[in-house]
Order: sequence, then C-alpha cells, then structure tokens
Amino acid sequence: MVFSYYPGCTLKTQAKELDRLARNSAKVLGIILEEVEDWQCCGAVYPLGTDEIATKLASVRVLKEAAKKGQPLVTLCAACTHVIKRVNDDMKNNGDIRRKVNKYMEEEADYKGETEVLHLIEVINKYIGFDKLKEYVKNPLTGRKIGAYYGCMLLRPSSVMAFDDPENPTIFEKFIKALGADPVIYPYRNECCGGYISLKEKDRVKEMVATIKENAKHNGAEQLITACPLCLYNLKQISCRDLNIDYLTEILAEALGITYNSEEEVSYAYSK
Amino acid sequence: MHIQNDYADQIRLISGSQDLKCMKCGRCSASCPQYEEMDVRPHQFVSYLQRGDIDALMDCESIWKCLSCFACVERCPRDVKPARLIEAARLLRIRRQSDDEFITPEQVPALLELDPDIPQQLLASVFRKYVK
Repeated sequence: MVFSYYPGCTLKTQAKELDRLARNSAKVLGIILEEVEDWQCCGAVYPLGTDEIATKLASVRVLKEAAKKGQPLVTLCAACTHVIKRVNDDMKNNGDIRRKVNKYMEEEADYKGETEVLHLIEVINKYIGFDKLKEYVKNPLTGRKIGAYYGCMLLRPSSVMAFDDPENPTIFEKFIKALGADPVIYPYRNECCGGYISLKEKDRVKEMVATIKENAKHNGAEQLITACPLCLYNLKQISCRDLNIDYLTEILAEALGITYNSEEEVSYAYSK
Repeated sequence: MHIQNDYADQIRLISGSQDLKCMKCGRCSASCPQYEEMDVRPHQFVSYLQRGDIDALMDCESIWKCLSCFACVERCPRDVKPARLIEAARLLRIRRQSDDEFITPEQVPALLELDPDIPQQLLASVFRKYVK
C-alpha cells in the first residue's frame, strides 16, 4: 500500500522522532509513505475566514500532488491533519473558495477535493485493522496503563474531520489495546490543552494542562499519548511524576519491536 | 430585525455564520474552556453582532482568548459556529492593526534561545493568530 505523505514543519524539526518512528513502523506494517515533493508548511491553523484564500494554498498544493498520483494523503501531526482535511473539504464543498483558489493557482487542472486525507491511525484502522495490528506486535505492552490524549484538532468539527465520535472517541483506545496495553479512559481526553496561547499566556496553559493531567492520573493513567506536537509541548509545561507524555508512534514502534541501531535511527532517543 | 451595519455584514461574510439561527441556549459558553477568561462570552457574540456593536467585538479581550478548539462549533444545536464569529472579529482587528503586532519574525531566534523546545507548530500558529 503506497500513500502520499505530508510530514509538515514540526516533524522536520522538533518532532523528528514522530516522523522517523512513523516511517519505520509503517514499513513494518506494509505501509509505504512517499513524502510529497516540495511541500510547504500548512500554517498550523486552519484559516477560518471564508475570504482567506492565500493561506489555504499550501494545503491545496499538497492535496493536488497526491491527487496526481491517485494516492490518499497521510498526515501525522494533528494540526496538519486538521488544516489539510478542512481545506480539502472547502475545495470539495465550497464553490466560492474552490473557484477562487483554482483561479489563483492558474494551473491546467482544477482541484476539486479528490484526495482522501487520512491520519496514520486512520490508515491503520482502515487498511490493516486493529485485530490485524495485534499480529504484528512483537513486544506487547502488557500491564501498561496508557491514556489517549485526543485534544481538539483531530476530532472537531466532526462534520468535517470524521475522525471519530467527538465526545466519546475510541480509536486510540482500540489502538492502545491492540498493542497489548490497558487503555485508560478519562473525561478530559478531548479537552483543549490551550493550544497556541502558550507563547503569550503560559500560566493559563499550565492551569489547563494541570486539570487534564490530574484527571488522567486520577483515572489510573501512567502514560499519555498524543498525535500533536503542540499538545505534547503544552502537556510537558508542568511536571507530573509517573505520567509520561509521548507520541502515539513511540508506543507503536516499541510494541512492533523496532530497534534503534541502524545508522538512520542512531540519533533517536526516547524523550521520557 | 437586525441593525444595518457595514462591519456587521462583513463579520457575517467572513464568518459565514448565520447569527439569526441562534436561539440563545448558551451551550457554546457552557462548552468553552476559556469562558472564565472572556469579557464577551461566546453566546454574547451574536447579540453584539445583531446590535451592530462591532467596535466592542473588535476591541474585546475574547478575540485573543479563543483557542479555536471548536467545542462550541461541535456542540451548537443550531450550527451558528460561534468560533467563526470570534475569528471574523479577530481577523478584522489584525487586518486593521499595523505596528502593534504581538510578534515579529525578528523575535523568533531570541524566543528559541529562551526555550529550545518550542515546536514550529506553535510559531506558525502564533503568526496566523496574532499577525496580519
């Protein structure tokens, strides 16, 4: 199975391990991720204004590249997933935006939202299935109590994201279970971590993540996983003993028994 | 009947939100994680818009407090999309402002020196949310 892959800016810098572990894990699962050439940053925030056109172009260019190859587009960062899925929805369902974007780009073929955008976890769910994923697990995470932190961007608005039930999501819990660990369900798993305000109002973010982490711990979590580099950064702003925060790909690679001694992987170290 | 106001119509246009569908149930404010921090609460945005009190919306603190978490959009039973209204007011404000920007590209190296863990996603987000 070959997919177009959009890593996004953070996976090339602060979240290199998210990128590297995803590629290596995907390979084990028979998923080939072909990085889109010359991609640009999606902007990390979906341009909500109906008159915002230029800010949507980077996403459209990537979507078009995937469409040319006839491949679904795979993302990993929650922000990229959010932005690109929503821009794709605009291109599919909003005639005004579609017309303006295509006019602006002045290319031969118009883009009309043909590409399917999927987060890696959606690819695993759709093309492999969590039952089958179990068969790939070499190092089951038996006894580990892992909570999923969904955050906002993968889930909402559900009419466009179509990721999971926005109030009672289960996809990450199924994933955790398939890897052999015990998923911990806690009420704050889809509450906002504070997002981008952490640069301007760090104290407010600390309050918000404290509530989330206490809630997770109270319900028995020993580790939280996320797909979002900004959630990870915010969640790490306050220390909480016995509650590690990691990317979902870290537990995936660990369960798949991926080792880190080849040249390519040598610089990787667990961020625990 | 809503009052004629050029800026109010601009907010309607930019947000794509149908404020007249609002039935004032308050679920947006009840869902908002920043409710306590806001001077104009999510459910009040519609009232300000319908009164044509756009200056108050553009000057309020709430436009900087909204996290775009979309809890209000998800839970609104009338599909009014309160986050889009707040975003439209914020866009009008940042499109108007010129020299009082919260962050400039020149400040980035110093920020990263102070905190090398800042993800690019945060910087990219901040430039979209605070700067024209």
